[in-house]
Amino acid sequence: MKKHTGLFDVVNVLLLGIFACAMLFPFVHMAAVSVSSAEYVVGNQVGLWPKGINFDAYTAVFQDRRILVGYQNTLVYVALGTTLSLIFTTMGAYSLSRRNLVFGRTFMLMIVFTMLFTGGLIPTYLVVRSYGLLDTIWAMVLPGLVSSWYLIIMRTFFQGIPRELEESGTIDGLSDLGILLRIVLPLSKPVILTISLFYAVQIWGNFFYALIFIRDAGLMPLQVIIRNIVMIGQYSDTTVSSAIGDKNVILESLKYAVILVGTLPIMLVYPFIQKHFVKGAMMGSVKG
Amino acid sequence: MKPSIIGQLKRDRIFLLLLAPVLVYYVLFKYVPMFGIVISFMDYNLFKGLAGSPWVGLKYYRQFFENRDAFVIIKNTVLLGGYKLLFGFPAPIILALMLNELKGKIFKRFVQSVSYLPYFLSTVVVSSMIVMLLSPSTGWLNHMIQRMGFPAINFLQEAEWFRTIYVSSEIWQQAGWSSIIFLAAITTIDPQLYEAATVDGAGRLKQIWHVTLPGIATTVVIMFILQIGQVLEIGFEKVFLLSNVATYDTSDIISTYVYRVGLLQGGYSYGTAIDLFMGVIGFVLVYASNKLSRRYGETSLW
Repeated sequence: MKKHTGLFDVVNVLLLGIFACAMLFPFVHMAAVSVSSAEYVVGNQVGLWPKGINFDAYTAVFQDRRILVGYQNTLVYVALGTTLSLIFTTMGAYSLSRRNLVFGRTFMLMIVFTMLFTGGLIPTYLVVRSYGLLDTIWAMVLPGLVSSWYLIIMRTFFQGIPRELEESGTIDGLSDLGILLRIVLPLSKPVILTISLFYAVQIWGNFFYALIFIRDAGLMPLQVIIRNIVMIGQYSDTTVSSAIGDKNVILESLKYAVILVGTLPIMLVYPFIQKHFVKGAMMGSVKG
Repeated sequence: MKPSIIGQLKRDRIFLLLLAPVLVYYVLFKYVPMFGIVISFMDYNLFKGLAGSPWVGLKYYRQFFENRDAFVIIKNTVLLGGYKLLFGFPAPIILALMLNELKGKIFKRFVQSVSYLPYFLSTVVVSSMIVMLLSPSTGWLNHMIQRMGFPAINFLQEAEWFRTIYVSSEIWQQAGWSSIIFLAAITTIDPQLYEAATVDGAGRLKQIWHVTLPGIATTVVIMFILQIGQVLEIGFEKVFLLSNVATYDTSDIISTYVYRVGLLQGGYSYGTAIDLFMGVIGFVLVYASNKLSRRYGETSLW
């Protein structure tokens, strides 16, 4: 192919450059405002570069007990939820990947049907309520325990493992469970990693379950706290008093700091785990 | 010879044992709620329970269709989903085509990485960012508008802006991520086709039009059919977070209405009736689109 760079390439690179900037702009702007000092923020003088750099907004954020509690709750939900979801999904996917499993097709149909039709919001709420799960950790974990979509992705992956490997396991005297633990799971590290990342991101960002199932302020996940502070405009006495101190922390910087603190974990690990996510997207798109 | 059912059960006992907890989950959290839809035919009362609440037939369905809200929220749901499909569907295809034409590997990888990032942000964070950036007093966008000499716009309080804001933020969040599948489809195109096109004197745009696009046509059509099937499945969270009383004329959709009227105001039977009605329509849409895509390209959701 020709290698010279023409007008086409220049325009293309330019447009994609603008596109990349549009993707990144909100983050850069938020970061800049969150570390700028009050007089510049009030004067609307902060664009992409911070002015009068200080970290007072972050100090205020980390002094806010609600944020710490929210962070802690979210971490618990993510750890517990991802672990349980992964175990259940793996167990289901492995069993259903058996080609001649008795009633296998019926079970599969039963799972797929839930992707098409659900009881809806209110019956789900009433059922979770009748199980006595409202205002417990379990309300954040159990209703979304298994994602049919991820289960199917995992099942497809298991089906792709050569049968000979399993047969050799049987010859070596491994039980069905032994084959799963010693042969299948070690071969499935990539899919397991990818699926757990998806579960983790999903549980981390889950706002809906907290909205309908949780009333207790002590159980609120970080997402609810972020919403309360940024969108509803609640701010506790601690943030106000730290704002009244010698240096002014303006509410706008504070809100941006809250948003960024809530995004921090994913931003920090994103560069390292990106390729696993992409792998997951590809797995979801090819059907076995 | 096929072993008897008993024999099969015995043979597969370990697998059935592993599967059992998963099936219990599906029954408890998916199928029990499905039977809960019977309350849409009852005057359900939280304290009387299922046994004590009287049957009222189609009362709540009739109530919904006699209500002016019904037309508005159905219209809003269809339009919001429709606009998202109309503008959101081509975006990742165009992005994939442009990315594919890049020669610099590092720049390509950079643009890709950056474009996937918003997909992983939580809805609350994205909505918070939107609220802040669009704020009439402190938001960046309004600074720009005012600097150009126009009055500030209170975007989130004006109904006519809601769909634009929603659809563009969805594109911002999803275009990059959705481009992955089209980029993958592009890699399967035979490079000889491009060489032949070059020999025939086709420029870059012509190559995109005559080689790349036809090469991914199947993927495009299948994705389009599948997305039509999900056109009514608009995520609750973002619409809920960005809408408010001032914009309900355009922003109130079925799921937010059911939440407000059904759950918050305690109209359990009424809310369930609406959900069931729309659920059936959604089911038909998804089912039909899957049948169609299976016929077209032997691909489907299941």
